[in-house]
Amino acid sequence: MTRTDKELLIVSALENGTVLDHIPAEHVFRALDILGLKGIESQITIGINLNSKLHGKKGIIKIADKFFEDEELNKLALLAPYATVNIIRDFKVVEKKKLQIPSEIEGIARCANPKCITNHQPIKTRFKTVPKGNSISLLCHWCEKMTDIKGIY
Amino acid sequence: MSKSLISIRDFSKEEILHVLEAAKGFEQDRSRKILDGKVVGSLFFEPSTRTRLSFETAVNRLGARVIGFSDASNTSVSKGETLKDTIKMVSNYVDLIVMRHPLEGSSRYASEVSPVPVVNAGDGANQHPSQTLLDLYTIMQTQGRLDGLTINMVGDLKYGRTTHSLLQAMSHFNPTFIFTSPEELKMPSEYKDFLDRKGIRYIETDSLEEHLNNCDILYMTRVQQERFTDPMEYEKVKDVYRLSASMLGGVKPNMKILHPLPRVGEIDQDVDDTPYAYYFKQAENGLYVRMAIISYLLEYDTNR
Ligand SMILES: [Zn+2]
Repeated sequence: MTRTDKELLIVSALENGTVLDHIPAEHVFRALDILGLKGIESQITIGINLNSKLHGKKGIIKIADKFFEDEELNKLALLAPYATVNIIRDFKVVEKKKLQIPSEIEGIARCANPKCITNHQPIKTRFKTVPKGNSISLLCHWCEKMTDIKGIY
Repeated sequence: MSKSLISIRDFSKEEILHVLEAAKGFEQDRSRKILDGKVVGSLFFEPSTRTRLSFETAVNRLGARVIGFSDASNTSVSKGETLKDTIKMVSNYVDLIVMRHPLEGSSRYASEVSPVPVVNAGDGANQHPSQTLLDLYTIMQTQGRLDGLTINMVGDLKYGRTTHSLLQAMSHFNPTFIFTSPEELKMPSEYKDFLDRKGIRYIETDSLEEHLNNCDILYMTRVQQERFTDPMEYEKVKDVYRLSASMLGGVKPNMKILHPLPRVGEIDQDVDDTPYAYYFKQAENGLYVRMAIISYLLEYDTNR
């Protein structure tokens, strides 16, 4: 058994499904929300405050019998830029991938500018993602102001 | 979708130069009725007499007609009509829309729901690209070129949208910038990062005297009270710079002083009579530049 496989087993073994690893511990519940996992039937196991070599305390989410489209998963990239996705079949990791930060996001975050048209009229928010240090910022398509991702969750 | 002018970034360097060239033509001959039979919607969701008169004069001198409103309080907008519905309705009637709106991003949104071109005449503190083009036109007129100039921007560089847009537009022309502002109103880092990426030099100072003698353009701005949420912060910085004729003894002979007007206290009246004052001519130039923008967007060949 490789090291990674062992780590994934710390919480509990998963026969088939998706394991989301390296989610910042404080964002685990918000991640469930963004993926629309509240109220689904699948068995979900979460671990919080596990030790991560690279990024402090991490969280892990295991969802049994559930597989996601990349597009759905990439919505998490803002919150958990270092997250990895493990696809499990028959207790084995058959695929491992990193999240891709989408170049544009629509309808997720709110614009931080109180004078932005999207905060006053029924208009969908739309942002370009812009790298900023080891995080990213959101550039509003409408008002051209930056929104810090720390502020939006 | 038709071509709109919402932000100065919507125009390439070539388009900017094309509009400036066309504006020169309109300055030489200010009544060319090349838009006879056209109708322009002038939608001022917040009042701005100065900008509105300049645009509407431009439309009239081009031979087109104007419909619209100068204040949204008497219109269906005040009854809660969405911007989308107003724009959809007006764009059925007109060939081009000029709009000013207090909310940021409103003009970009209008341009995406309107089938006819939209010219942004100011969306909150965001963009006001016709001001930027008239600034460029004036710089070109006074210096005979745009390339390689030293521009000293003075005043509120934090909230002042005119300086941000001018910075973006001038970045095509290898400038050197001097940013003169109090600590509280410094140029935001996103614009300095932009200059760093483009390899454009800039110096920051809080002293108006320090670089007065090295610049080709002195771009003065006023500190606008409405941009401040904290009245104490405003009181601290509002009178920080005051240019007077006695300070101009050592400036470069080609130096010109620009200001987007109206001024409050940052330029003494005695500066008006010096050969360096150019802000009234700058305001007049707005007419020719707006004629050029409108005719460009309506795809008229003004060089014909
Ligand atoms: Zn916005």
